[in-house]
Amino acid sequence: MAERGAPPQVPALRRKALHAVRSLFSPLLPDDYLELINPLWSTRELRGRIERIDQETPEAVTVMIRPGFEWMGHRPGQYLRIGVVVDGIHHWRAYSLTSEPERPDGCISITPKLVDAGKVSPYFVRQARPGDIVRLGGVEGTFVLPDPAPQKLLFVSAGSGITPIMSMVRSLHRSDALVDVVHIHSSRNPEGVIFADLLDEIDSSHDGYDLHLRITGEQGRIAAGDLDRLCPDWRDRHAFLSGPAAMLDTMSERWERDGNRELLHMERFQPLIGREPGEGEGGYVRFVKSGVEASCESGTPILVGGEEAGATLPFGCRMGICHTCVGKLCKGEVRDLRTGKVHGSEGEMIRTCVNAPEGPIEIAL
Amino acid sequence: MNATTTELESPLAHLSEQQLEELAGELDEIRDRTFTDLGERDRRYIESMIAMQRRLAVLGRVLLLGARYRPAKLAGTAALSMAKILENMEIGHNVLHGQWDWMNDPQINSSTWDWDTASTAEAWKHSHNYVHHTFTNILGKDKDLGYEIMRIDPQQKWHPVYLAQPVYNLLLMAFFEWGVALHDLDFEAIRKGKKSKAQVKRELAGIRDKAKSQIVKDYVAWPLLSGLAMAALDAGLEARSEKRRRGGLAEVVRRALDGGGRSYRAAASANATANIVRNVWSYAIIFCGHFPDQTHTFKPDEVEDESRGGWYVRQLTGAANIEGSPLFHVASGNLGYQVEHHLFPDLPSTRYAEIAPQVKQVCERYGLPYNSGPFAQQLGMVQRTILRLALPGGTARPKPGPYRGEDHPAL
Repeated sequence: MAERGAPPQVPALRRKALHAVRSLFSPLLPDDYLELINPLWSTRELRGRIERIDQETPEAVTVMIRPGFEWMGHRPGQYLRIGVVVDGIHHWRAYSLTSEPERPDGCISITPKLVDAGKVSPYFVRQARPGDIVRLGGVEGTFVLPDPAPQKLLFVSAGSGITPIMSMVRSLHRSDALVDVVHIHSSRNPEGVIFADLLDEIDSSHDGYDLHLRITGEQGRIAAGDLDRLCPDWRDRHAFLSGPAAMLDTMSERWERDGNRELLHMERFQPLIGREPGEGEGGYVRFVKSGVEASCESGTPILVGGEEAGATLPFGCRMGICHTCVGKLCKGEVRDLRTGKVHGSEGEMIRTCVNAPEGPIEIAL
Repeated sequence: MNATTTELESPLAHLSEQQLEELAGELDEIRDRTFTDLGERDRRYIESMIAMQRRLAVLGRVLLLGARYRPAKLAGTAALSMAKILENMEIGHNVLHGQWDWMNDPQINSSTWDWDTASTAEAWKHSHNYVHHTFTNILGKDKDLGYEIMRIDPQQKWHPVYLAQPVYNLLLMAFFEWGVALHDLDFEAIRKGKKSKAQVKRELAGIRDKAKSQIVKDYVAWPLLSGLAMAALDAGLEARSEKRRRGGLAEVVRRALDGGGRSYRAAASANATANIVRNVWSYAIIFCGHFPDQTHTFKPDEVEDESRGGWYVRQLTGAANIEGSPLFHVASGNLGYQVEHHLFPDLPSTRYAEIAPQVKQVCERYGLPYNSGPFAQQLGMVQRTILRLALPGGTARPKPGPYRGEDHPAL
């Protein structure tokens, strides 16, 4: 089954009324007719309308979305699964929410950056228009501000890794809680700094927020040693790191060595799964239901191999989160491309988007 | 001419194994090319088709609130019949084939779709998508060949019960959806004990639930709304009229009950008509798909070790197209392109008309027939066969020769 949006928070009376008249519409639901008038009225899945699109940098936009029903809420730092239709096909991706949950207008925002070979980010950056309808899935993620928020904070972000941090800064800003925050942000060039104006403005108007902007194209990448200079008391702060894997690795090592690991929080974006030769031997996949046969090279997920062989397979996030793509393993073993672990027994439900065959397999899809 | 013999030459007898392989390659390529090309245009089509169908249904239902007025009843029945036809044919049948699954849409998807007919989606997907589309026109294996109750091919053994087939043919026409739902149960499998009791019970419960929801919707809920609306109207009119002073409240109630009851009956009968119109139409289209004279049937031993190419030829010669206008094709769920549908059952129906010329070219190059004919002719042939084969004997009808292009009639 294809992925759909989260169940919306529909007022109980409305749900009861719709339920009462459903036999007039069977096998459809009253929803199916009401959606013709306004797609936001769906009570099956939460949808939202794009209110505004603001260009942040030449390659990133902030998409402001008004949910069809009351926003279910999120914690600053979490990400949202969002579904859009591109060239006739539903695609789902996860983006960090860049809005604070306390917004009085009930809107939410994400800030996608263009990935040229992608499907969804080009849609948001180049194609989407106010009025477009998107599907809003669940909110997930454990990279969140503790509640209540600590006073002494350190944010270290790079590139589009700033997006979850932005929700935190905005939330603290709105609740007047920017008491003692140091923010070190890196960007390759000055034009590429997402939220540059807003960050500048908060920096100059709040003593409790101290921004260090580093242009790595000129000043070089930030090193673990820079911490002592930019934020001498880093060991005493709750630290939130978000950015490319290389930065996270160098920085977190410092905490491991001579900091307090307990105070370190990291957002490690899932690497794009697929197409990179990795460990494992790959293998031959037989899709039992469709009869399609595919061969997957080392590092190629079952889903990608199947699609290339012409099979129509269910998929959602393509990163192992949503379980839309699961199929029952009938024979053989698979390798989880995220961990490298080989697993699989007959009857096990396998996520085809993050598993590659390890030798010949059969799967009930 | 081989028309007089019961044993017809197999339509693929003249093709070598290698030719069959090439043929399969060419048809696969048509399929792949079309699938790669699917996109926004196709999505817009099915979404607007669904939206139009639902608007039409609403229009029909609203008109039928006033079903006791003749013009409203006529227009409402027409709108609702058309809505039910589109819902079953161009939308339901094709969505359940998985033709739109590539959109990854959670609603327009074969795994979640349900339709307004007596068959459950699950049972239909098994008996139709799997059994019929895999074993197409193989005697004894394709349960749709005569639906286990009719003798539609002279090679089927005659039995006295077939003497009644002209009669139950008409009944099947009117109540087609119920016939299909019972047929999905697969009585042969039940008789031979191939189905567990639990499964049979579950399938019967499925049909019962479908029946219940159709009865509640078409014969209780909507007629009741119509009755209530008209009763309110009559009560209002009566209360405002002069007569009120003479008749009093009792007269108002009597008039309301009388008017409401009449409206209930009128709306229920309009809904029944719409269901029957839909049944007759789908019967006609579906019977024209495989039972006209041109189509070949196959014996199980003919298809042993069948290659992919052989499968394609069986699909190609076992089906027959119906010629008609674009509106006709939409109303028939594009099953007028039965040949293309059987070659590529999960290809979106809108693409059948586009690939038809390519399929014809393949037929021409490989010396294969491309079965097709006008609606009246095809339906006439089917009815003639049903009447003739009610009696013992009968011979296979002459089959068309290889397709030779538009200017050369096939016969």
